[in-house]
Amino acid sequence: MADFSFLETHELSIGYTHPGNVLTAVVTGISTVLRPGEFVCLLGPNGAGKSTLIRTLCGMQPPLAGTVCLGGMPLEGFSARTLAQRMSLVLTQRIAVGMMQVATLVALGRHPYTDWAGRLRREDEEAVWRAIADVGIEALADRPVCELSDGERQKALIARALAQEPEIMILDEATAYLDLPRRVELMHLLGRLAHTGNRTILLSTHDLDLALRCADRLWLLPAGGPLLNGIPEDLVLCDAFGRTFAGAGVQFDKGSGAFTLNNTPCGTVALRGSGVPGMWTCRALERAGYRVAMDGKAKVCVEVLEDNGGTAWRIVDDGKRHPSLEDLLAGLAQRRNSSKERS
Amino acid sequence: MKRTASLPAVEGGMGFLPRVPVAVWGGLAGILAVAFVLELSLGSVLMPVKTVAAILLGNEDVPEGLRQIVLLFRLPRALTAMLAGAALSVSGLKMQTLFRNPLADPFVLGISAGASLGVALVVMAVGGLGGILLFEKGGVTGSVSLILAATLGAVIVLIVILGIAGKVESNLTLLIIGLMFGYISSSLVHILMQFTREHQMQSYIVWTFGSFGSVTWRQMTVFAPVLVAGLALAWILAKPLNAFLLGEGYARSMGVNVRSARFWIVLGSSLLAGTVTAYCGPIGFLGIAVPHLSRLLLRTSDHRVLVPAVILVGATLALVADLISQVPGTKIVLPLNAVTALIGAPVVIGMILRRRHVMES
Repeated sequence: MADFSFLETHELSIGYTHPGNVLTAVVTGISTVLRPGEFVCLLGPNGAGKSTLIRTLCGMQPPLAGTVCLGGMPLEGFSARTLAQRMSLVLTQRIAVGMMQVATLVALGRHPYTDWAGRLRREDEEAVWRAIADVGIEALADRPVCELSDGERQKALIARALAQEPEIMILDEATAYLDLPRRVELMHLLGRLAHTGNRTILLSTHDLDLALRCADRLWLLPAGGPLLNGIPEDLVLCDAFGRTFAGAGVQFDKGSGAFTLNNTPCGTVALRGSGVPGMWTCRALERAGYRVAMDGKAKVCVEVLEDNGGTAWRIVDDGKRHPSLEDLLAGLAQRRNSSKERS
Repeated sequence: MKRTASLPAVEGGMGFLPRVPVAVWGGLAGILAVAFVLELSLGSVLMPVKTVAAILLGNEDVPEGLRQIVLLFRLPRALTAMLAGAALSVSGLKMQTLFRNPLADPFVLGISAGASLGVALVVMAVGGLGGILLFEKGGVTGSVSLILAATLGAVIVLIVILGIAGKVESNLTLLIIGLMFGYISSSLVHILMQFTREHQMQSYIVWTFGSFGSVTWRQMTVFAPVLVAGLALAWILAKPLNAFLLGEGYARSMGVNVRSARFWIVLGSSLLAGTVTAYCGPIGFLGIAVPHLSRLLLRTSDHRVLVPAVILVGATLALVADLISQVPGTKIVLPLNAVTALIGAPVVIGMILRRRHVMES
């Protein structure tokens, strides 16, 4: 067993035990490793077993078979207290702690280190302030938790988990409920915390795009398994990423790194234009149901005009100028209708 | 670990144990002391505070009648009210935290329903056998048979609940099972009522009114130590209770042994609620309202501060409610339960409407 790997699984089966000892395995044969200093995102479609895997990894649910080892020792061998000193969690459930102040919430993370009365020693207080500073919420320290925004509350919970001084931190969908800028901020924060503190951070998330950009490593869990482990770009290039999330009508486009709708009921449009206006024109056309051919081979051709500092659009063979994309889409729709009537 | 962080300046301004000014503690204790003195001097016979002080100091010049009123009736009554108020409030606080439910009270797990069933059984059965033991001095509530019956009822529910608490995974499951026990017990009581003669029903109903006036000095030797032990247990459990504020999942991840912590919390809480119910009847409102009032007063959810605060506020409110129920200067006695609800419910409604966050705690 390599001593540099903090959390490893050996032939792990996860799932549920029903009354009467009936087992339902969700995924079997998971053998993988989480290394220190890495920010790992666990991705998978709904129902593939992400939450079950998270719960099994942090010891909240027993494995059906196989083992989870922390530093070479099976999870069941730890007391709740010693496990808490090495692993901390941020869970999906919303907390309701009323008038507790942020610093007090973070200080709860010292629970596994303090005596029976929960008294904080000097080093406990230092760890609390370090956690608050690392997450960058010094200004919130004496605010009541109930007055925080969702993003601030999530940061406070991350600080609480940090105050536990864990080797590994597991977050279950910690970016849910947040707006996009807050999610980007949080993902970068987690990456930084993993790199600078040499901690392992595992985040289960539905933010595929952000995970592709921010994670050091992805764990892909397709429905039915097996778990795929690799760096984001490798997983995209070998199509593992696309296959994991392929569904009816949706597919992952390696070229743009985004998911696209398969159906293009409106036919093909050629596009002449580049740069930012070209990119957004392409998106507008795709959203409206056109397939965009960048090589210019199609009956209808749209050109992006940039003159006098303004942007306008032209459908090449009728010459009419469209001042906005909305106007252009309306023009294209009109054209299709009239051609339908003629035929 | 990054070791660069120096302690920010903000640290001097606040600690992690919420700083409650000494004045607040002093104020709470002061109000309690005033209520205590009033409880001793007011009643059907009004007595000057000076006389009360003289009696307490052992002055022999005071008329024997007044001495007896204070030493034999009002002093144990005041102690009972304070202990019961503190016990019910602490019990309610623990239940609200454990179940993360602002409406939880000491009786959510069916403790008082169990006690009621015990009492109903005794009242009906003993009534049928000719009323032995039932009407001793001090009325229905204080009779030994009723205390035994209520204790037995509460203990049986407690044992079942503790057995379940050690088995089930989730606190919510425990809460629902507790509520269901409550319903079963009360429906059994109602069925018993159906086969009861009116005067027996009357004694049961008087018991449900609640009273602090029926614990004698002899009974106090059991009542007080049990409650003091229960309150001490709550203080010891402040740390896991704080962890439970975040829910079971977080508590477990912070190193709390959830099942054993839950066992002790439920045991302590039920002991407090069960003992009070056995001696004083099922007294409502205090257990649900005092924790909310204390949280609002002290602006904290930290149990290391809340437990002592809830003890002070609970003892004070119980004394005030008892004072009102005796309608000082008259022979009228109002049902204690009616008073606790009438003065308490509006206070809670007002507080909650003014500060919505209380529902989060």
